[in-house]
Amino acid sequence: MFLDKTTVAKIARLARVRIPEADRDRIAGELSNILAFVEQLKEVDTKGVAPMTSVVAVSLKQRDDTVTVIGDRDGILANAPQMEHGFFVVPKVIE
Amino acid sequence: MASLTTLSIAGARDGLRAREFSALELTQAHLAAMAGARRLNAYITETPEHAISQAAESDARLARGEARPLEGIPLGIKDLFCTKGVLTTAGSHILDGFHPPYESTVTANLWRDGAVMLGKTNMDEFAMGSSNITSYYGPALSPWRRPGSAADLVPGGSSGGSAAAVAAGLCLGATGTDTGGSIRQPASFCGIVGLKPTYGRCSRLGIVAFASSLDQAGPLARNVRDCAILLRSMAGHDPLDSTSVDRPVPDYEAMMGRGAKGLRIGVPKQYRVDGMPSEIETLWRQGIDWLKAAGATVRDIDLPHTKYALPTYYIVAPAEASSNLARYDGVRYGLRVPGASIDEMYELTRAAGFGAEVKRRVMIGTYVLSAGYYDAYYLKAQQVRSLIARDFATAFESVDLVLAPTAPSAAFAIGEKMDDPIAMYLNDVFTVPANLAGLPAISVPAGLSADGLPLGLQLIGRAFEEDMVLAAAKTIEDAAGFSHGPGGAR
Amino acid sequence: MAALLIEGSNGPWEIVIGLEVHAQVISRAKLFSGAATAFGADPNTQVSFVDAAMPGMLPVINRICVEQAVKTGVALDARINLTSVFDRKNYFYPDLPAGYQISQYQQPIVGRGTVTIDLKDGSSRTIGITRLHLEQDAGKSLHDIAPHASHVDLNRAGVALMEIVSEPDLRSPEEAGAYLKKVRSILRYIGTCDGNMEEGSLRCDANVSVRRPGDPLGTRCEIKNVNSIRFVQKAIEYEANRQVDILEGGGAIAQETRLFDSAKGETRTMRSKEEAHDYRYFPDPDLLPLVLDPAWVDQVRGSLPELPDPKKARFIADYGLSPYDAGVLVAEQASADYFEAVAKGRDAKAASNWITVELFGALNRLGLDIDRSPVSAAALGGLLDLMTDGTISGRLAKDVFAAMVESGKDAMTVVEEKGLRQVTDASAIETAVETIMAAEAAKVAEYRSGKDKLFGYFVGQVMRAMGGKANPQALNELLKRKLAG
Repeated sequence: MFLDKTTVAKIARLARVRIPEADRDRIAGELSNILAFVEQLKEVDTKGVAPMTSVVAVSLKQRDDTVTVIGDRDGILANAPQMEHGFFVVPKVIE
Repeated sequence: MASLTTLSIAGARDGLRAREFSALELTQAHLAAMAGARRLNAYITETPEHAISQAAESDARLARGEARPLEGIPLGIKDLFCTKGVLTTAGSHILDGFHPPYESTVTANLWRDGAVMLGKTNMDEFAMGSSNITSYYGPALSPWRRPGSAADLVPGGSSGGSAAAVAAGLCLGATGTDTGGSIRQPASFCGIVGLKPTYGRCSRLGIVAFASSLDQAGPLARNVRDCAILLRSMAGHDPLDSTSVDRPVPDYEAMMGRGAKGLRIGVPKQYRVDGMPSEIETLWRQGIDWLKAAGATVRDIDLPHTKYALPTYYIVAPAEASSNLARYDGVRYGLRVPGASIDEMYELTRAAGFGAEVKRRVMIGTYVLSAGYYDAYYLKAQQVRSLIARDFATAFESVDLVLAPTAPSAAFAIGEKMDDPIAMYLNDVFTVPANLAGLPAISVPAGLSADGLPLGLQLIGRAFEEDMVLAAAKTIEDAAGFSHGPGGAR
Repeated sequence: MAALLIEGSNGPWEIVIGLEVHAQVISRAKLFSGAATAFGADPNTQVSFVDAAMPGMLPVINRICVEQAVKTGVALDARINLTSVFDRKNYFYPDLPAGYQISQYQQPIVGRGTVTIDLKDGSSRTIGITRLHLEQDAGKSLHDIAPHASHVDLNRAGVALMEIVSEPDLRSPEEAGAYLKKVRSILRYIGTCDGNMEEGSLRCDANVSVRRPGDPLGTRCEIKNVNSIRFVQKAIEYEANRQVDILEGGGAIAQETRLFDSAKGETRTMRSKEEAHDYRYFPDPDLLPLVLDPAWVDQVRGSLPELPDPKKARFIADYGLSPYDAGVLVAEQASADYFEAVAKGRDAKAASNWITVELFGALNRLGLDIDRSPVSAAALGGLLDLMTDGTISGRLAKDVFAAMVESGKDAMTVVEEKGLRQVTDASAIETAVETIMAAEAAKVAEYRSGKDKLFGYFVGQVMRAMGGKANPQALNELLKRKLAG
């Protein structure tokens, strides 16, 4: 096993996906199998190999500093599950 | 008017211009076919009103002699493309009720050229899958069956609804996206042609992202020419996609006719994987012979890191996906499951909104990026990815194209291979390398398996040499004379 | 010596401070979208589909934001990295729509640099800059509109920020304040950030630790989002003392993130190291590495205005100002320009005194910036000229200046309107002197019998009689002569 149910709980928390306690062992097994599968990359000698940073060989294009978007509040809020006074509304955030 | 649904795009284009039938008739024939084939679940959303209004506009233009390149051609659109005002789900519960206030660049290009939208096609949830079974809206089914069997087969994935719709005559062509084989594998399973263009050839703007460095839109159609026609409209530079490439879009249809004469074809020995059915090996050999007969030269090539492509893919794609899917949080659109705190709302929404495979990949992606594991997994994978791209670059110094099978098997039945995620992942073994290297690749139907199901051959080209990929595919298509359809000969 | 040592029971503690400044880049559009950046718009009216992280939306970088970062890097005497990479910093928060912030992690656009800070005693210190990187701002969550809900406004989401990170080189709240002032001054000089802390366009996090002088660095705490220079100093002072108390009590400092409560003047725990986010940084696959052309960087370098430090040196050398006065004048480009306009062809020290004492005093009282001063540089110059040519006395000049501040009129107009022109006519002064001497015969006798101190009394009496307008020099001479008999 590459990871246990405690780690599953930790990852689930990081990813904000609730995984019921009862499912954690099963998921730990599934994820461990995938990690075992990808583990074979360890065989590859990658010393001095630059990681791939761009698939296409072009330079990053840059936009002019012009305002091209006319504020479309209705469009922005149209799909919101909850909104009010022009704001998105979420459960209270406590800091 | 059943015959209208078996036309090629090129044939329909000619028929419309010759006024043999109207765009409205063509569209209505397809809407009727869709209504009669709902069992296949190829469409998540049908858009008949939209289609009829576009077809009417096309007829007006045809009457005025102002036909655009795709005037009146009815298409299916993978439900990963955002379509303005039309429900867009990505096959996921979490995008419940999402009506984008914008249009993807690729679909906007198609409408600019006169195409007609019949509806949004079914797909694996967030394009994660190889069989269309992960769709929240239920699996799409292949119109094919093994002769003498009533078992429903998968159409492949993730663009399974698109492939099934094209094969079943529920549209003349369709859009797909290909992150690890999601256009080519379903094309192979459904006996049609599917092209994944070079990364950067088609804009990604407005396509729900799965893995940003791998995703690429492309066409599915019933022949090579139709793919060439569709690609010309779909492709092009988009200043709103930083990875879109500013190069002119050639007339692929015109260039396709060059044939395979003089082309140097590479056959990678590393693609002869253990346990590959002999009929696939036989078909591959057949493809070599066809290309030789058309004047190509064929040689063995080395792509030494091929076996590491899948594990590389299953790190890079989930890592990017885990981040790309963080925006589905119940705040601005889609599903929200109420919670007492903000975090509870997030966790419940995402637990209810994502299916098992998506959760699995989000979790793997989160893990491989997390503190202490980044170097061992993600960085390592991106290094191996460089080596895989380098393998192709080296091979393309001595050959023009790579020929390989598209998939290690024909379509399987719903229920097969479903328990083991890894077994499912192995479907992508031949298709993933082209995504990792960003190269154009096509699947063209080349023959039938022993149990009567279509099998595709794959051609991979140099970046932005879709024209050469299409030309060689046309050669195979002509030589294979593949005339089978799900209902027998077409 | 600006290092502040906290006297502990067994000897002194040294405070070690590093600051992270978040400076909002001046640009019309956001860092990766075409939405506007203006402050104070109605909620969610300056939001593009990109800023709201709608599905399929993609970032395209704003070239002016890149240029502003490079300009700032050059002004901080820093290394400009010709290749830099944008990374995603992943965490969930309702005002972070994508679930990640596009930032720069391992390869920022600007590397090591320096800032020289000026201290009250006239000394200077060089503070190291670790890096500067570009990143997106988040939106705003409002927690006080409703009891059980938070409201999210994305207007600010995606606005470009420069995060400027200092080395742990600062040793006291005073130094931290001087550093912030200098960084703000530089940003304003080059026009890359307006430095407005009230509107949040300049924000600061402070990393604070304490140690015995000479010891390695202690465990630090990060104090988040302090919104004025004064609060930064207070927060550091409180935090350093808190840490010393813990250490002297035999405890250990827990590495954590703390919030400053400006009402109570305290810092309190926000999250511990264990709760620290795991941001899962990785290069943003929607963007390619940012590659700069060295010739373009040189062009940007050449376009910078004279910066505060060279300007200060020039003011000292060319105008003979004290380092302190020069430092005060160059803090803002506008006051430096004002000074140079007044000093041109005039007594520079007098100009400096009038600006730093009278003008700044008046502006301070009125709560105005120098840009909106009721007395223009030309007007103040005119006042100085009237003193030089003897039209008014130095004493009256202050009254004239006060009237100028009040009315916005130029010096000559005020002098004429109020009839404040200095009287140098000897006969008029003589008449006044004689009148006073006649009325104060007894005091004249006292004076003449040796009580020299009464001289000032006579000056005052005559001046009062003449409404203060007598030329002081002429009056002195005449009075001395007359009293001598």
